[in-house]
Amino acid sequence: MADFLSLSGWLIVLLQGILFLLGAPLLAGWIRFVKARLQNRRGARIIQPLQDLYKLFGKEALVAHTASLVFRAAPYVVFASALVAVSLVPLLATNLPSAMAADMIVLVGLLALGRFFLALAGMDVGSSFGGMGSSREMMVSALAEPAMLMAVFTLAMSAHSTNLSSVVDFNLANGLILRPSFLFALLGLMLVAVAETGRIPVDNPATHLELTMIHEAMILEYSGRHLALMEWAAQLKLMLYGVLIVNLFFPWGIATGDTAGALLMGLLAVTVKLLLLGVVVAVMETVLAKMRLFRVPQYLNLAFLLTLLGLFSHIILETGT
Amino acid sequence: MNMSHLPLLQQGIAVLAALVLFTSFALLAQTRLTSAIHSFAWQGAGVALVTALVAYSSHTSHLYLSAALTLGLKSLLIPWMLHRLVRQLNMERLVENIAHPAVLLLTGAALVIFSYWVSLPIEKLGLGDTRNIVAISLSVVLLGLWMMVSRRQVIAQVLGFMSMENGLFLAAVASTRGMPLVVELGVAFDVLVAAVLFGIFFFHISESIESLDVDRLNRLSEREEHS
Repeated sequence: MADFLSLSGWLIVLLQGILFLLGAPLLAGWIRFVKARLQNRRGARIIQPLQDLYKLFGKEALVAHTASLVFRAAPYVVFASALVAVSLVPLLATNLPSAMAADMIVLVGLLALGRFFLALAGMDVGSSFGGMGSSREMMVSALAEPAMLMAVFTLAMSAHSTNLSSVVDFNLANGLILRPSFLFALLGLMLVAVAETGRIPVDNPATHLELTMIHEAMILEYSGRHLALMEWAAQLKLMLYGVLIVNLFFPWGIATGDTAGALLMGLLAVTVKLLLLGVVVAVMETVLAKMRLFRVPQYLNLAFLLTLLGLFSHIILETGT
Repeated sequence: MNMSHLPLLQQGIAVLAALVLFTSFALLAQTRLTSAIHSFAWQGAGVALVTALVAYSSHTSHLYLSAALTLGLKSLLIPWMLHRLVRQLNMERLVENIAHPAVLLLTGAALVIFSYWVSLPIEKLGLGDTRNIVAISLSVVLLGLWMMVSRRQVIAQVLGFMSMENGLFLAAVASTRGMPLVVELGVAFDVLVAAVLFGIFFFHISESIESLDVDRLNRLSEREEHS
């Protein structure tokens, strides 16, 4: 376990937090850019989401007359919970001082806290779109959370720990092993990530079409810095899931010590992995069409089944004499 | 401590066996007939690959032949025949209505747990070095049976029947390195004949009741009832 009081360790945690804050809009911009290229458009620059955030922070925040304190507080709670969640995830290195709190179940809880306030904020003003978006978001998350926890348990049964850092260390120490349970957990977690971050087969982040939107419907009433915080939190969540997927299942390249060379190597590795994942997401979003809302339960049922099969195949095929 | 001591080949066999189990679930939940036939073809390919890997790791050359036979028959020829039948009966776009898809799948999951429990004593016998694939193949058999019980389309039931045969074949390959070649040839021929006969039956059923929904075979009168 890491030394809790090491100064360099905490500095790396701080560095990781800053990288997450700056990297999340860039990842979103990268996905948009690749998607535009695939659709034969030129596309905006990759730093466009960062510039949008900067512009929004300079604008006036308008609040509806009927809004209560919940509406004003929600962006800060949502953003703070996303920020705490990402600072627990090993991005560049494992064995950091923050690793003691980096439990996967805590992570699921933090994401649920943010989602709860997001849904409250959607309903607070009393517009019909907000309430609709909140109810849809709750339906999706109620079905996605069991699948996510099942994937977490599958990983935990192999690594004998629910700590993110320990799971990454376990995978690094064992090298490449073909585990059927990890394969299923990876597929299930990817389906859950698509649902939770509101990407295309479930929700479309680029539309304000009233019949289909989920996330956009909830933040429809926000403007100015409130909107910026909400958008930033959503981008952080996207990057959080991306880093979880690439670092839990393909941890090679992540730093285990705190030398500058190892950290630089870790940064390079995670950047390349995230860029590749971004291309995969963009291709999937280009070839797939958005599902009807009533087919989303079937989709999440598939995710749950995959993670359940991961658990079974761990017990049946990987344990024993 | 367990999986990491296995050679890569055994890991590959375990992954493929798990994928065969997954195709069984895909088959169970697939409402579109053509997609179900594709899932069946993939299952056949998975079983053939497991057979080839077992043949390579145990140096039994006759297993290569049965792997090739499985690949040719169950993942190419029979799916192609079923596809042709579906095309001839104009049922390519047919979507079967499953009443409770979640219940169907969860019962399937319960069947997997049951077959694991049943096959625990068999595993203790230590037949061969392939792990508890007996449990996987038993669940493939039970899932095929469950598909025959729960689905109403004749073609879906036939697919369930064929996937039961896949499960039995997988059990034979994994636990005793396959059956004697004569038996395997006989079984393969049986399956082929069964596929041809099923085709003829499909035509007869669809001629007499103008559908392949077996629930309508229960009715005695010719009239369309309003139920």
